[in-house]
Amino acid sequence: MLKGKVHKYGSDVNTDEIIPARYLYLSEPDELAEHCMEDIDGEFLSRVEPGDIMVATTNFGCGSSREHAPIGLKAAGISCVIAKSFARIFFRNAINIGLPLLESAEAVDNIKSGDIVEVDLSSGSITNTRNGKVFTAKPYPAFMGELIAAGGLIEHTRKRIADSRRA
Amino acid sequence: MTLVEKILAAHTDKKKVSPGDFINVRVDLILANDITAPIAINEFRRIGVEKVFDPEKIVMVADHFVPNKDILSAEQVKFMRNFCNEQGITCFDVGQMGIEHVLLPEKGMVLPGDVVIGADSHTCTYGAVGAFSTGMGSTDIAAAMATGDIWMKVPPTIKFIYNGNLKKWVGGKDLILHTIGDIGVDGALYSAMEFTGKAISTLPMDGRFTMANMAIEAGAKAGIFVVDGKTSAYLKLRAKRNFTVYEPDNDARYERIIEYDVSSLEPQVALPHLPSNTSPVSKVKGVEIDQAVIGSCTNGRLEDLRLAAEVLKGKMINPKVRCIVIPGTQQVYLEALKEGIIELFIQAGAAVSTPTCGPCLGGHMGVLAEGERCISTTNRNFVGRMGSTKSEVYLSNPAVAMASAITGKITSPDDV
Repeated sequence: MLKGKVHKYGSDVNTDEIIPARYLYLSEPDELAEHCMEDIDGEFLSRVEPGDIMVATTNFGCGSSREHAPIGLKAAGISCVIAKSFARIFFRNAINIGLPLLESAEAVDNIKSGDIVEVDLSSGSITNTRNGKVFTAKPYPAFMGELIAAGGLIEHTRKRIADSRRA
Repeated sequence: MTLVEKILAAHTDKKKVSPGDFINVRVDLILANDITAPIAINEFRRIGVEKVFDPEKIVMVADHFVPNKDILSAEQVKFMRNFCNEQGITCFDVGQMGIEHVLLPEKGMVLPGDVVIGADSHTCTYGAVGAFSTGMGSTDIAAAMATGDIWMKVPPTIKFIYNGNLKKWVGGKDLILHTIGDIGVDGALYSAMEFTGKAISTLPMDGRFTMANMAIEAGAKAGIFVVDGKTSAYLKLRAKRNFTVYEPDNDARYERIIEYDVSSLEPQVALPHLPSNTSPVSKVKGVEIDQAVIGSCTNGRLEDLRLAAEVLKGKMINPKVRCIVIPGTQQVYLEALKEGIIELFIQAGAAVSTPTCGPCLGGHMGVLAEGERCISTTNRNFVGRMGSTKSEVYLSNPAVAMASAITGKITSPDDV
């Protein structure tokens, strides 16, 4: 069960905003975390605490393919992102590196910045502790579930290679 | 099946695939660059295999912060170069390199019917030659380098039909900006965009690369064109291996079909801060600019430079405008040099640079200060994309960018 304070944003939050390109000479998670969201929200880094939850409306993570974006968010302490929709490369990247994403338009409409939200990743249930309202995220397709259960794409690939060697 | 479904099915053990299917796809080429390769290499090491699946099917290009803009960028390229040397992977470095999405088609490395994945969002560019190509992250590329395949969800296809004849100064950039302006930056989210119609059949290859390149700006997984005579002519001297040309079935199922009459379409400009914020150039003319950039994976090809030169001939760059021209590859640079285009630019007061992605993502070679405004032939005008978060980027085709560089304000090429 995840539980954290919400940082809410609008639509089309792009990867240049999540981690500006001028820092792309960095690839260490902790270094990337130091610049997360700084162009769109100068106070995010002083406010964020480990376990916090990011909420946004549509097309979260659009723009470049930089994996630095979900890596930075995760290292900054964000435990999961809830949005109405995600840009597809960001979606892949986040799942691959183990940053959970949840899609629920209803939840997004009923959560505001500063709310404390509980998320049960196994059932997809999202609870806003401010008013007790519960929402359910769109379930992951079976294959994605497998990927998440394996611990990300690298672990999934290790397992595939090991299985094929045994076969 | 649609064109995309046919190509994907041919890269699996299945006879047929449908939108929404999760499949493992064999890849023909894997790409990474100086920004995305370091993470991909580190992740590859974690998998625990010694060698990549096939070094001939992987290519790396040093183009984003290259020629090295600072010590940390130099370290990243060095890390990538060393990995390529160790694994026998081709690495295009300074002197041979170009902007990856201009370079690989030019070298004949991406061909019709291919599945290409790249750790760069604009990998979708190769749809112009009838390949299925799509951008991914570094971890995806790491896994594919180990196994030679990658998981995908089969996208539905949206068909875009462009009817009519294009006016002078209107090209691929204007068609794609108009489309993104219509459907929005998530208008084709998770889908493939197939471009067709009379205006496409007369569109030069360079304009098709521009359109496929910006499919990602509508959220799409791929942008693709059916191979025709223009594609075959382009490939004739370039392709060095065999390829298969696929066509959509007559009963192919499209998620949507969107038709435009583009006969009266004007050159388009995307205003800050989204590529979908488009307007005909006539409605934004007069906006003063400080810089004009002509280049990038979107518009750094020979045809783009020719258009800019045609507008510039006999005129000078406005002294208050920094006009930066960046040919996409060494070959484009050389051809432009032979045609006298480079001399024309320099004589008129433009700066011409060796190939680099540089200013497009605010890396180097033209970063903007607070309050500055740039017209650019690149692909994104997000907040802070080219420098200060208080700067502005307007996106246009090369003719509009050059016309604006001449007058110092956003201008239609018809008005200079």
